[in-house]
Amino acid sequence: MTTKKMAIIATKGTLDMAYPPFILASTAAALGYDVQIFFTFYGLQLLRKDLSDVMISPLANPAMPMPVPMPVMVQMLPGMESMATMMMKQKLKKHGVASLEELRDLCLEADVKFIACQMTVDLFEFDKSEFIENVEYGGAAMFFGFAGDTDICLFV
Amino acid sequence: MNFDKELDARNLSCPLPIVKTKKALADMASGQVLKVTATDVGAVKDMQAFADQTGNTLLSTAEQNGEYIFFMQKK
Repeated sequence: MTTKKMAIIATKGTLDMAYPPFILASTAAALGYDVQIFFTFYGLQLLRKDLSDVMISPLANPAMPMPVPMPVMVQMLPGMESMATMMMKQKLKKHGVASLEELRDLCLEADVKFIACQMTVDLFEFDKSEFIENVEYGGAAMFFGFAGDTDICLFV
Repeated sequence: MNFDKELDARNLSCPLPIVKTKKALADMASGQVLKVTATDVGAVKDMQAFADQTGNTLLSTAEQNGEYIFFMQKK
């Protein structure tokens, strides 16, 4: 049996959108897939050593379940983002969902390969020293070298 | 049922029961049995899918007081 492969393009840097790439990648790796994640644009935030700035915003996010209905005018007040993030993290913890850090570590342990888009690293003037060490830097063509041969390829 | 190793995956949500099962199996020998206890109802279908896709054998699945008990034999 040849090893199956999965590639994910992670483009979002909010808490809610950070979970799918890491959940799918760690699961696929557990199932024996060879996995690569290409982090580009805001997805690069998920490679930071410190993930505490990865937040969720109730603003312009009408699908987010709220404990009490909240008018947009309230959602835009300072501190609302931090509060929503704190509440979401508490909810995740209560339900036994792993933290982002834990899922990311599980991915690395399972040899999921992380590739950071060099172009967007330069574009946003990110400091590579703020990223975790297990990251390779490359471009779209490098990603296609792997993605072109995968069984599953997802854009998140 | 006899088992060689036990994994407590209670109060863990997807994908942790599967990922931790994979890790627990890694240092076991072929034919050995891993007992996994989980509380995530999603694990019932996921453990079967894990077995189907990895070639390990899910010997049995049972529910007991809201806990799901799996016996997985390493291929």
